[in-house]
Amino acid sequence: MSDTLEYDVLVIGGGPAGSTAGRFSARNGARTLVIEKRQEIGSPVRCGEGISLSWLDELDIKDVGPWVSRYMNGARIYSPSGYVLEIVEEYAGDEVGCVIERDLFDKDMARRAAMEGADFMVKTAATGLLWKDGCVVGARVKQLGREFDIKAKIIIGADGFESQVGRWAGIYTAIPPKDIMTCFQYRMTGIDVDPDYTHFFMGSGAPGGYAWIFPKDERTANVGLGVQFSRLDGSVTPKDYLDRFIAGHEGLKNGEAIDMVAGAVSVAHPPERSVADGIMLVGDASRVVDPITGGGIINGMKQARMAGELAAEAVDQGRSDHEYLKRYEKRWRERFENKLWRNYMAKEKAMQLDDVMYDKIVDALSELDLRKVRVETILEGVRRKYPELIKEFEDMM
Amino acid sequence: MSPELVIEKCMRCGACSGACPVNAIFLEEHSPKVSDECTECGLCVKVCPVGAFRPGGA
Ligand SMILES: Cc1cc2nc3c(=O)[nH]c(=O)nc-3n(C[C@H](O)[C@H](O)[C@H](O)COP(=O)(O)OP(=O)(O)OC[C@H]3O[C@@H](n4cnc5c(N)ncnc54)[C@H](O)[C@@H]3O)c2cc1C
Ligand code: SF4
Ligand code: SF4
Repeated sequence: MSDTLEYDVLVIGGGPAGSTAGRFSARNGARTLVIEKRQEIGSPVRCGEGISLSWLDELDIKDVGPWVSRYMNGARIYSPSGYVLEIVEEYAGDEVGCVIERDLFDKDMARRAAMEGADFMVKTAATGLLWKDGCVVGARVKQLGREFDIKAKIIIGADGFESQVGRWAGIYTAIPPKDIMTCFQYRMTGIDVDPDYTHFFMGSGAPGGYAWIFPKDERTANVGLGVQFSRLDGSVTPKDYLDRFIAGHEGLKNGEAIDMVAGAVSVAHPPERSVADGIMLVGDASRVVDPITGGGIINGMKQARMAGELAAEAVDQGRSDHEYLKRYEKRWRERFENKLWRNYMAKEKAMQLDDVMYDKIVDALSELDLRKVRVETILEGVRRKYPELIKEFEDMM
Repeated sequence: MSPELVIEKCMRCGACSGACPVNAIFLEEHSPKVSDECTECGLCVKVCPVGAFRPGGA
């Protein structure tokens, strides 16, 4: 069968970035369709579900919806020998906030888009792009065994870490293995950890990454771990590392896993390009995950608003050339590119630390008044206690 | 030979597809599918969080 649908804006991927792009495109008058490959938006969950709530205004969200699972008082960071750094909520800026129900969250973002007039199609996968004179003008899709074309004036690629769309469009988004974290997580219940803090564990138990515990209720939490891909040799998997971590943790070892999540996140520097003729990339597809925390929901949604708004403008103006779409790129770079670079550099350094260094740093920091957890504060704290260590970080100052 | 998928282990998470340097893996409905573009670099074998890919020919 070969019928063709036509829209102003086609968003590929119905995660938080895709739905948000759809929401702002529709709000600004463009006929918008969001397609999602999976049969259910938001499920299965592929996320640690830790998020701050500092972005609600920027995305014009006035009520938090049913997806807050638990509010946190702060975060605790553990060094390999057990030094603990506590960061309380009010000082931590973006890094702690609450733990959410990601499936409900994604559905709520889709609902908001639909309320503004965006159409949705689930179980609908893009399998390739349509081209005209070097410009992307739509996608070939597969839905329940049926194949057809969807034409659009502007395409927004929001297909997450897998990110095929960007590569089909000739935007190079392959990431070097050193900038990929591969992750495994269980939701565990019957555990015994402080349920009002997120917990982060540094060191060689999670080479190049960290292990996390993000509480969902008094006795339940997401317990996961990410490993730097370039440190995996194929013999020990992230799941193996996580099983070891749990076996060695008093509060976890008697718990039960009630679900499993696998996945990868990019912890790369900001992308060189996020647009081409007819197309813009948003969210994980454009590699804007925070390189230190691995959190990508918020940056992706901030970007997606800008892309959705520009898509509607572009439709109005009858433009789809990359020169025009670069306005989107300029906007998001102005908004958070510097921070991404700063955190990327910090991550590059942190990767080189061994367990002894982590112990020293967390020990030095735990004596500080952490009003602002910024790289400079951290360095200042370490300088006071271990001046010799700071040489390592000098080129970042 | 291209890597071989042990489908019972696969979580359909897309890590392999995102990490493949030549875009040779597409996550189909029930599992990732390796296309002819595969250069047999082996990255997908290592990136998989649960070890669901076996090196080609192993
Ligand atoms: C284990 C793990 C833990 C994480 N923990 C956190 C955390 O605690 N906090 C945080 O902020 N971030 C976390 N992240 C990162 C976060 O999940 C991502 O940054 C976020 O999901 C990005 O949103 P997105 O909309 O860009 O992409 P996604 O949420 O990945 O959505 C992309 C969507 O596109 C669909 N799709 C893909 N290809 C196609 C196609 N061809 N056609 C149609 N649809 C398609 C996919 O099915 C998917 O639904 C974690 C990631 C992992 C793997
Ligand atoms: S990385 Fe492993 S678990 Fe994830 S989709 Fe690929 S083969 Fe399956
Ligand atoms: S072996 Fe390399 S080229 Fe082939 S599918 Fe795996 S990652 Fe891609």
